[in-house]
Amino acid sequence: MSPLFINFVYVISAALFIFGLKMLSSPATARRGNLLSALGMFIAIVVTLVAAGLDYKWIILGMAVGGGIGVYAAVKVEMTSMPEMVALFNGFGGISSMLLAWAEYHQHPKLSVFIAIVAFLSAVSGGMTFTGSMVAFGKLSGKISQKSVLFKGQHLVNAGILVTAVGAAALFCMNPSSGMGYALFVLIVLVALGFGVTSTIPIGGADMPVVISLLNSYSGIAACAAGFVISNNILIVAGALVGASGMILTNIMCKAMNRSLANVLFSGFGTATAVQGGGDGPQGETRPASAEDVYYILEAADSVVFVPGYGLAVAQAQHVVRELGDLLEANDTEVSYAIHPVAGRMPGHMNVLLAEANVPYDQLVEMDDINPRMDSVDVCVVIGANDVVNPAALDDESSPIYGMPIIETHRARTVIVLKRSMNPGFAGIQNALFFAENARMYFGDAKASIQALVSEFKSD
Amino acid sequence: MEPIYLTFVFVLAIFLGFELISKVPSTLHTPLMSGANAISGITLIGAIASMKTGNYAFSAILGTLAVTFATINVVGGYMVTNRMLEMFKKKEKKTEGGAQ
Repeated sequence: MSPLFINFVYVISAALFIFGLKMLSSPATARRGNLLSALGMFIAIVVTLVAAGLDYKWIILGMAVGGGIGVYAAVKVEMTSMPEMVALFNGFGGISSMLLAWAEYHQHPKLSVFIAIVAFLSAVSGGMTFTGSMVAFGKLSGKISQKSVLFKGQHLVNAGILVTAVGAAALFCMNPSSGMGYALFVLIVLVALGFGVTSTIPIGGADMPVVISLLNSYSGIAACAAGFVISNNILIVAGALVGASGMILTNIMCKAMNRSLANVLFSGFGTATAVQGGGDGPQGETRPASAEDVYYILEAADSVVFVPGYGLAVAQAQHVVRELGDLLEANDTEVSYAIHPVAGRMPGHMNVLLAEANVPYDQLVEMDDINPRMDSVDVCVVIGANDVVNPAALDDESSPIYGMPIIETHRARTVIVLKRSMNPGFAGIQNALFFAENARMYFGDAKASIQALVSEFKSD
Repeated sequence: MEPIYLTFVFVLAIFLGFELISKVPSTLHTPLMSGANAISGITLIGAIASMKTGNYAFSAILGTLAVTFATINVVGGYMVTNRMLEMFKKKEKKTEGGAQ
């Protein structure tokens, strides 16, 4: 197979990736888009495999093992565990780019300066992606604490790591083929792996949408850099597409929290504010409601807007919510679901859960669409969301979340807040919404609470 | 291929990526991410191409690991994305049915 032919097929693959991503812009075509993208990947793999002089036994071993694990994981995973699954796969992509750069360097140590630089970039971004994603995976699946972990001199350690990496890289690029160069490369790999951990561990659970998007971007950059190392166009194009996609999502997530990327990455949000904001914060009396009270409110409503948050995912309440929504619709109530961009643990997390429960996607509304007509909404049902509906973001300049766009549920005629207890949310700040005149607190596990409402409706 | 030519391709692809992705609605952000993630498993191509016969044993080990991890990424990523998008698709029929 001539290299010309192989590259020609790569062009087709790249076109399929591009079409695939383009078709992801509408739910109606998205699935076909993904299949096109998979087809692009498939033909690229096939044409690469038929090239002469490959060591097939190892390739087949790797693909068989990897394929088996991939299929198993993809089939087994619960929709609620999707964020950690994406993090895990992402990490594997990252480490693969790092290993590829290493293998190439080991095989051909006489690198030009340019190739040495890209090999360094590939190893660093790939290594960071891997350990960073593993930490994110641990946090999202609850294997390690979701809290932001801060230790003394964290920034100093991170800065030290970065300086070491850049210093080692400079020396490495000057003379990659010496024994010294090799040692430096290994050092860079280790430092990158360490940096992935130290840079992700201080980031708390609710900031995970930003982190996952960012790691997604890194894995694209790593693939891209690996493409430069082996002069392969398709790696560069596909890596760049993924890198751009991750950057856009990161940017959207940061905007939705009104925070800069630097603030998300370095501030250890949540821990500091929880300490200083301990006592002061809005106080007052809440108005608890029983299942029956809530039933009467919902039964009389003309329009109901559900506002889901991470609590919905934790309680796995998406199916009962859909059931309640159906009952309400049968009762001639207009039902919609308002979704904040950072609700949940990854971009679009709530949309996927509600889609799993068969909620039609035209009932899902974005924050900017629901807020202007919030005054005419009869009832807002907040399920396991907290900071994204906290009115302090609008009017309390001293609040750490001041300026963050929220779903303005407090403007609805009645707000029902489903909550397990009065514990403050991730940001560690009390929510004035809970004490508002028009708010009713409906305590309990989200799933059990909604189940109770469903049976109220059914017994009627 | 010369570095400058590769950089050229890279820069254009970045711009194209920004153009394409900024049109994706927030409803589809999770599938977008996992789909893009699957594409980042493109390293698999590089890993396969690097597995020449007669490589040093250590390169072969690294390469095999790279192939394994990248395959997990590619296969798992596409399948999971497909599973998610299937749910989005099913509903569409249902909505049409409901409207009739």
